[in-house]
Amino acid sequence: MAAKKIILHFGKDISDKPIIYHLAKDYELVFNIIKANVNPNKEGTVVLELTGEQYAKGLEFLESEGVRVQPLAEQLSRNELKCTSCGACTDICPTGALYLDRPSMEVRFDSDSCVLCQICVKVCPVKAMEVKF
Amino acid sequence: MAIEKTYAEINEKIRSGKAVVLTAEEVISLVEEKGVSEAARQVDVVTTGTFSPMCSSGVFLNFGHSKPRIRMTKAWLNGIPAYTGIAAVDVYLGATELPEDDPCNSNYPGEFRYGGGHVIQDLLEGKSIKLEALSYGTDCYPRRELETYITLDEINEATLFNPRNAYQNYNCAVNLSGKTIYTYMGMLKPNLGNAHYCSAGQLSPLLNDPYFLTIGIGTRIFLGGGIGYVAWHGTQHFPGIQTDAEKNSYGPAGGTLAVIGDLKQMKPEWLVGTSYLGYGATLTVGIGIPIPILNEDVMSCVSITDRDLYAPVVDYSEAYSQRIPGNLGYVSYAELKTGKITINGKEIPTAPLSSYPKAREIAGELKNWILRGDFLLSEPARLLPSYQDQITAKTLDIKGV
Ligand code: SF4
Ligand code: SF4
Repeated sequence: MAAKKIILHFGKDISDKPIIYHLAKDYELVFNIIKANVNPNKEGTVVLELTGEQYAKGLEFLESEGVRVQPLAEQLSRNELKCTSCGACTDICPTGALYLDRPSMEVRFDSDSCVLCQICVKVCPVKAMEVKF
Repeated sequence: MAIEKTYAEINEKIRSGKAVVLTAEEVISLVEEKGVSEAARQVDVVTTGTFSPMCSSGVFLNFGHSKPRIRMTKAWLNGIPAYTGIAAVDVYLGATELPEDDPCNSNYPGEFRYGGGHVIQDLLEGKSIKLEALSYGTDCYPRRELETYITLDEINEATLFNPRNAYQNYNCAVNLSGKTIYTYMGMLKPNLGNAHYCSAGQLSPLLNDPYFLTIGIGTRIFLGGGIGYVAWHGTQHFPGIQTDAEKNSYGPAGGTLAVIGDLKQMKPEWLVGTSYLGYGATLTVGIGIPIPILNEDVMSCVSITDRDLYAPVVDYSEAYSQRIPGNLGYVSYAELKTGKITINGKEIPTAPLSSYPKAREIAGELKNWILRGDFLLSEPARLLPSYQDQITAKTLDIKGV
């Protein structure tokens, strides 16, 4: 099964629990952490790719522990009214999620390929790439 | 017999709805099919377009007089300083101006989220803009400070005046160094990691009139979604022909335009506040210029394609900043548009900074204006200096005292 990218939101009460360890150990899920921001006694987020037979069970476990799970695709979007199709982001995006359609030279955004590195958010000259948490 | 048309004849055709107008993209296939002479016979106007960041842009504003009156010595719009050394309540707001408390690049690479260009876009969007001003008092202008809000509709004049726009051609920027650099050509990755170019190529206004056969002072143009005019040649107008060490010619180099128009009839989608990470703020400007097909020479100029137009590849890590002459060779816009070029034996990805889809939209919009009879061509009062005038760039020497 294809890896799914999700965002885990941890409340400050559970930031010290070995939650990812249980995902791997108890549910045999394979994880690849893309981005993590977890600090003791603070709210935190972890963006990861997750695969495995027991994916659904793993998610149930997370929720039972009080972790809020969100699919990643919703997190970064291109404001199509703002984007000028300049193309400046297309060779910066590491995964090719932002790319030029040839020969029209229109810029397209494939949110499935996005790993939320957010480089485009910084380099876009008109701030058309928007992150929503 | 050679074709010769006058501006008056072309305008007569536009008025009577008989003019044949094509965009600079559309005319390419016609010329390939029919040849230059026949195409020159058939077509009256070719429209061009470009939509790119153009730093040398700004707006003259006249606010009207407060009660009691003030002569402004300092003025800010949404915190961005405007130049006041003009007349009492006139200011010039430049697109690259930043708030005085902007951290700039001390937070390297700086984000430059709001500058003069963003104020211009906000004005066009009808937003309310905070105006603050200070002055010393005089008998006729007693007020010393002022704080209020303005909108574009509420002020007297807003004249867009851009001293250097529509660069004829531009560098293709690369980075030879070992670290990422942040430039006005975008983020350049180390060790030739990418290449950025900035031109509409075959749609670009001055690449379609490389010898300035038609564009001059008073040429009526599409500017920021409204009608504007070419006021003069732009600053740094160096309309040479690029050649390499073996004297091979690579086409036009760097003519520029100074353009002017009434901001009040322009549109926010064609004047967009812009910022470059680690570099600064600016304004992205949409410009479209009609080229009257006066004769076959003009037709052969507008039939150029991305295959015939070349950009010099320049290292922005050192050669550009240290003003070291030379380049890493020339690449055609057709190659650049494929998404990769080969430099120093390495294949590297390319990306534009200039929107080709928007350039196409501008050329199409201008074509529609002309076809509808809403836009007549103006004959320039004087053509702009061309390569024949052999203008050369001066440099600034650092002199001691
Ligand atoms: S966040 Fe990263 S991966 Fe996603 S579109 Fe932007 S640059 Fe590409
Ligand atoms: S850099 Fe921004 S405006 Fe340009 S194509 Fe990418 S998302 Fe669109």
